[in-house]
Amino acid sequence: MTTAVGRGLAAHRVVLKNGATVLVKEARTVPAVTIQVSLRAGSIYEADDELGLSHLTSRTLDRGTATRSSDEIAEALDARGVSLTLSANRHVLTVSCTCLAEDFEPMLQLLGEMVMQPAFPDTEVTTRKGELLNAIRQDEDSPAAQAVHAMFAMIYPDGHPYGRPAKGRVETVSRLDRATLQRFHRSRFAPSGLTVIVVGDVDHSRAADVSERVFGEWKAATPAEITLPHPPLLPERRERVIPMMNKAQADIAYGFTTIVRSDPSYYAYTLMNNALGQYGIGGRLGDNIRESQGMAYYVYSSFDANVVEGPLFVRAGVNPINVERAIAAIDNELRKMAGEGMTAEELADCKLYLVGSIPRMLETNQAIATFLQTVEFFGLGLDHDLRLPALLEAVTLDEANAAARRTLDPSRAAVVVAGPYEGNGSGNLFQGATT
Amino acid sequence: MDSDMRSTVLDNGLKVLIEEVHTAPLASVWCWYKVGSKDEQTGLTGVSHWVEHMNFKGTTNIPREQIKGIIEKFGGSWNGYTWIDQTTYMETASTAGLDRMLFIESERMANCIYAPEDCESERTVIISELQGGENDPDNLLEQEVIAAAFKVHPYRHPTIGWQADLETMTRDDLYGYYRRNYVPNNATLVVVGDVEADDVLRRVEKAFGDIAPGAEPRRVRAVEPDQFGERRVEVAKEGTTAYLKLAYHAPGVNDPEFFPMLVLDAILTGAKGLNLWSSFRTPPPQRSARLYRALVERRLASSVSAGLLPTEHPFLYLVSATAMEGVGLENVEAAATKVIDEIARAGVTDEEMAKAKNQLRARLVFENDSVTNLGHQLGFFETVASVDLFRNAPQSIAAVTKDQVDGVAQKYLRTDQRTVGWFRPTAGGAS
Repeated sequence: MTTAVGRGLAAHRVVLKNGATVLVKEARTVPAVTIQVSLRAGSIYEADDELGLSHLTSRTLDRGTATRSSDEIAEALDARGVSLTLSANRHVLTVSCTCLAEDFEPMLQLLGEMVMQPAFPDTEVTTRKGELLNAIRQDEDSPAAQAVHAMFAMIYPDGHPYGRPAKGRVETVSRLDRATLQRFHRSRFAPSGLTVIVVGDVDHSRAADVSERVFGEWKAATPAEITLPHPPLLPERRERVIPMMNKAQADIAYGFTTIVRSDPSYYAYTLMNNALGQYGIGGRLGDNIRESQGMAYYVYSSFDANVVEGPLFVRAGVNPINVERAIAAIDNELRKMAGEGMTAEELADCKLYLVGSIPRMLETNQAIATFLQTVEFFGLGLDHDLRLPALLEAVTLDEANAAARRTLDPSRAAVVVAGPYEGNGSGNLFQGATT
Repeated sequence: MDSDMRSTVLDNGLKVLIEEVHTAPLASVWCWYKVGSKDEQTGLTGVSHWVEHMNFKGTTNIPREQIKGIIEKFGGSWNGYTWIDQTTYMETASTAGLDRMLFIESERMANCIYAPEDCESERTVIISELQGGENDPDNLLEQEVIAAAFKVHPYRHPTIGWQADLETMTRDDLYGYYRRNYVPNNATLVVVGDVEADDVLRRVEKAFGDIAPGAEPRRVRAVEPDQFGERRVEVAKEGTTAYLKLAYHAPGVNDPEFFPMLVLDAILTGAKGLNLWSSFRTPPPQRSARLYRALVERRLASSVSAGLLPTEHPFLYLVSATAMEGVGLENVEAAATKVIDEIARAGVTDEEMAKAKNQLRARLVFENDSVTNLGHQLGFFETVASVDLFRNAPQSIAAVTKDQVDGVAQKYLRTDQRTVGWFRPTAGGAS
């Protein structure tokens, strides 16, 4: 059984002598293993003129190590049917893959080499940099990407690391080279910030032994941690229009900052957000904007508490003639949620749903690995999956409604529209969409 | 996930597939209909997909406002999709919710209402879905290339439909289409999870047994005529990035040449597997694949991908590349067609064969790692071919020979059988 009910995940956790953390969960559903190797080397550690550095570093780790060429790595991966996922979020850079159980040892060895001894060959850095620049240019033509980027820059102003584009900008990425990547690797990659997660068809003791063999001797100084400023609450509503007249549909991004992950009201926010923009087809927002008014194929809200105050934002894609109506509907739903709160029945439904979802959310190796990564990063405890139902159940109606009141104030929202829409043409305000 | 699958047909013609998987306290229910956008007539394109949307809106025994929550109360997720050959609906929830899942699917089959005001409200939702897709230039180009590659077969029109049809379709068009196609003898019900097969079968009988069969739905008879020479389409629109597509006619999933073609695709762009629900969301192992080396490693394209999808009738082998900024599409096209022409002329190597098969073997393991993913595969293959074809896929792939792969490369990857598409960005794109 790999289920989260009963005895729970009960992952094994080992801290190596050099400070690296290893988490292993045996799961025998399929003869496969998921490996996630993470480092505290996300985009918050980038200098302002080097945005995109973490992203580009992740994309170049697998292109050559001290002992293997890029082509040899390609063959090692492709011969086993393995594709790597290389990603960088604000705090963490992650290399992950799923392989057949028979390939576990050589794959962990390979991932270890990438993380500890990347070669960053010049030609590979140039090629990957070109790909990243192309991806940035594609984002420039995407109303969804433009709306979200602009909203983040507004709720995390003044160059706050959460408000900067993770892929960087054309001018900052153009500046990156092999030396920059090597310096980033030297300064941010270290066993003290390393988490290795192994989930799947492998004995936990063997997985821990192999991890020890691969990573146990790695030595690198503990990087200095940086302190992020708290983002300010917006003093008033801010609106921005990004006209993209070549497009068919306008994207709306409408957001706020909320709380840190360790805030006791985290579960109240989770339930409130579920009712607002998740439950069913997009919660209350979906009922109004999609189901009643037929204005959008998608509308939802998303909540993501983090090390400093994370965002809660609403997203929708609408025909340009409906932009103002849709924003007015979002304003109304938020005001209603903040003013009247959710009903006791709604709260009970959301609890049933979120608690009931846990076995489904922890069904696959990949999902378990991602869950364990979150548990480790935020220090939630290895029994977090077992405690989660009670944490959700304990939220009172008052607490959920207090979360709504604290955050959902349309007069302090950041609102962006990107697409075939020009606002009132005289600046960045919409016609009739202000609060 | 090895266990025996139960397969049976109810008296009303409903095919039922049940597989016990006791790894988590979950059950996944999928209800599949043999109706997709290829079954639509001119002027009513998009009707299959719109009908799918309407079938979430309330039934005789489930008032619209009570739908929300039925599955959520069991921690479940639900969804549906429509494509060229099929329409499907799914729920995955705790096993305790099984009866509710079956009830919803039986209601969906027999008792949807199609209130006129709901049809109107959904019209704009669907047009919004279409316009969201049009925001993506790659998607626009794909639509044009497919329309050019087929001149007769209804695979030519997009599943979302043409906008003019979505603007004029009526409630009666929708309801009539629903009634003709949503009959038990046109459906497959799949249950996978922590269940007991005999018990499930009893519950299925109770939920679906009284639904009357209908007339056999009309089947597509159109056969795409031979193509006599390369076709080319261009989409010129404001944008930042250029895209290339190459479409070749390809065997359907029932054709013995399908699996050799799947191996050929793995050699060109890396193995994707066979699960449209799960596998196509993660990139394939492709760094040593021929087209990746020729386009991405040579800095002509920032990405390349291809797909051979399991379809009932012969569809397309569609190769896509995103041009690097500053690289002309003619150069991307020349490099891509050089690789493809070469593999058609000289075939593949034994090493490539071994690697492609390894990749497919691994992908088939990865893509069946949940009751939801397995439920998808059983129903998908039963709908477009047979569930046995899915069951035997590992053996079919293992049995593919180099001669077969060389044969399909030569037969399908022909210059005069392809459709070339360019998305050419014009100045003035947003920045």
